[in-house]
Amino acid sequence: MNSQKKQEIRDFTLSVLTEDKAGLINQLTIVFTKRKININSLNVSNSEVAGVSRFTIVTRTSRDMIDKIVKQIRKLIDVLGAFVYEDDQIFYQEIALYKVPTKAFINGNSVENLVRNSGARILVVEEEHIIIEKTGHSKETHDLYQKLEPFGLLEFIRSGRVAVSKSIRKTEAYIKGLEASNSNKLSIKDF
Amino acid sequence: MNTSTLTLAKNKTDNSKKIKGSEAVLKCLIAEGVETIFGYPGGAIMPIYDSLYHYQNKLNHILTRHEQGAVHAAQGMARVTRKTGVCFATSGPGATNLITGIADAQIDSTPLVCITGQVPSHLLGTDAFQETDVIGISMPVTKWNYQVTRAEEIPFAIARAFYIANTGRPGPVLIDITKDAQITEFDFEYDKCEKIRSYHPYPELRSGDLKAAANLINKSKKPYILLGQGVQLSGAEKELIQFAEKTGIPMASTLMGLSGVPVDHPLYVGYLGMHGNYGANIKTNECDVLIAIGMRFDDRVTGDLKKYAKQAKVIHIEIDPSEIDKNVKTTIAINADAKQALTGLIPLVNSARYAEWIEEFRVCDVIEHNKVIDAETHPVSGQIKMAEVISKISALTFGEAVVVTDVGQHQMVANRYYQFQNSLSCITSGGLGTMGFALPAAMGAKVGQPSRDVIAIIGDGGFQMTIQELGTIKQNDLAVKILVLNNNFLGMVRQWQQLFFDKRYSFTELDNPDFQLITKGYGISAQKVSERINLDQAIHDWLSCEGPALLEVVVDQEENVFPMVPSGASVSDIRLD
Repeated sequence: MNSQKKQEIRDFTLSVLTEDKAGLINQLTIVFTKRKININSLNVSNSEVAGVSRFTIVTRTSRDMIDKIVKQIRKLIDVLGAFVYEDDQIFYQEIALYKVPTKAFINGNSVENLVRNSGARILVVEEEHIIIEKTGHSKETHDLYQKLEPFGLLEFIRSGRVAVSKSIRKTEAYIKGLEASNSNKLSIKDF
Repeated sequence: MNTSTLTLAKNKTDNSKKIKGSEAVLKCLIAEGVETIFGYPGGAIMPIYDSLYHYQNKLNHILTRHEQGAVHAAQGMARVTRKTGVCFATSGPGATNLITGIADAQIDSTPLVCITGQVPSHLLGTDAFQETDVIGISMPVTKWNYQVTRAEEIPFAIARAFYIANTGRPGPVLIDITKDAQITEFDFEYDKCEKIRSYHPYPELRSGDLKAAANLINKSKKPYILLGQGVQLSGAEKELIQFAEKTGIPMASTLMGLSGVPVDHPLYVGYLGMHGNYGANIKTNECDVLIAIGMRFDDRVTGDLKKYAKQAKVIHIEIDPSEIDKNVKTTIAINADAKQALTGLIPLVNSARYAEWIEEFRVCDVIEHNKVIDAETHPVSGQIKMAEVISKISALTFGEAVVVTDVGQHQMVANRYYQFQNSLSCITSGGLGTMGFALPAAMGAKVGQPSRDVIAIIGDGGFQMTIQELGTIKQNDLAVKILVLNNNFLGMVRQWQQLFFDKRYSFTELDNPDFQLITKGYGISAQKVSERINLDQAIHDWLSCEGPALLEVVVDQEENVFPMVPSGASVSDIRLD
């Protein structure tokens, strides 16, 4: 990679496997805070392996910096593995919820068309408002947000990114490998 | 909490008996081979101190005068022995007073286990008396930390703490134990920690890396070794000498690496960094292969990174992968323990000699002697110079003492002029630059190496940051020799003000107390010297004292330390005056 490409600021997705322990989120964010780097989104969930949590962190920075960050994260004692991806190396989604006044549906069928054409769906219908759900990349959920705004959008919320890599390696196999080997988790480059 | 470990512990209770958590802490420490604890009691750690009352024949506890003193003492002990230093403090202010020392140990890779008391678990989060979130506060400056809220977790937490603190790249660990966990009884059983699945401290050496490095070294014309503290941390002093002597490559040391190689070794060419040696610095920008061993390219070593060793191919032997390519891009990275890497490298490198290349360093030495060293170490008139004091002490102790320095001008001068002969002898606060470090660290060093001479070299500013530890020294009769180089200034800041802030001496002048009187007040012998004619005798008398003793030397008020690489400049732009 040439040095210009290494300095270019863009989105990176970190996938971090950790032991399921209190304080891990703090330990991870300290790595960013120390370098004054913003986290765009952060999602924590149980992984498919019992006792192992997975953090998905999206941040905008350079390749140079993300490489340093990922090494610092791997250094944390309770981190089992940390992997950095560019957008083309993962499948990823976010989920957005939109609360729209029910009357917006009554005045003509433009909202209904918007929902239909954007691949969104109606989750709940209440007397006062309707909740619309859409999954997709942030640009897509943002587009729908902009289109719904003129209809008196009451509330909009979007989740952090969740992502799976295009690699076929299994988490369980990775953890087993880690337990068996003495090689350094910090030197593992791809997953 | 790793549940499988707990289950394991529960299954192994056959020959165990019920004891309190507080006693368990002490049993764990004994099982880890701990002999000395530095600490300070208080409410939340009182059960542990109560148990300690019954363990005084098995564990030596030294009561310091401030928790910062306890942690620096533990650091001093760890640094001279390579063993893990241990300190105790209570919750709240006791715990926060440890933080400076913990941060210091983190940046200088010193193995520590710090145990703090905490308010009872049912009061956590209620802003109880002396409650502070020490886990949150210490997280950025510890290698690992853990809060124990149940007695059953104590063996697990302490076993892990010792394993983590002193494997791989060493560092400080903090274990916070709530008061209720200390007083609860449980079935005690202790197993040392030998593996953590998420922590792999010793990277596997790859033979391909070694071959590539050896290739580069064998083809080089002007190779240059930079050695850091990693050499001493991994016990690779002998291997380094073997490697250097076989290849004939000159070697220089970082501040933290000092004493890793005897300074009179024919291949040793000096000390790197801001106030290091002239040749050692400028030749970094003239070598063709740079072999960095157990060092982290700190900004005080590299100066401007954009102008640092750009002509050289860089081989970096380093145990911590996050240090590789952090500041200086490597050509070949050997991610391994220094001793292991050097052992692997020695058979692969050719015997060689670089007489002309080494001669270039010697030419620089002559320049530095003429412009700086001779005048500093052998002045004929004017006030006493720091360098002449250090040179005399070095000669009288044959370079064999443990030299513990504080932070500032005296630190740079002491480490420039003390002629270290033995490993684990240069104890200083390198990364954090903690004033107040030397006096307590020297007590710890003396406890760790009672048969060695331990000299604390301190400025008049730093001395007053932890001066109360004179009480600890007296109470425990620790034969530390204390040298205060008094220029009535915060000398290093004053030097920068003179050179870079048009001599505006903003709040750097000190109106000092009578250090002799204070020291004598603590019951420690003290003397003061301000005339050159009396210096030799004073140093001799001071070093001949049986117990602890202080020597205050009044030195040139506006002496500057040279050479100097100005902050942010290239190592090539090192100034001799």
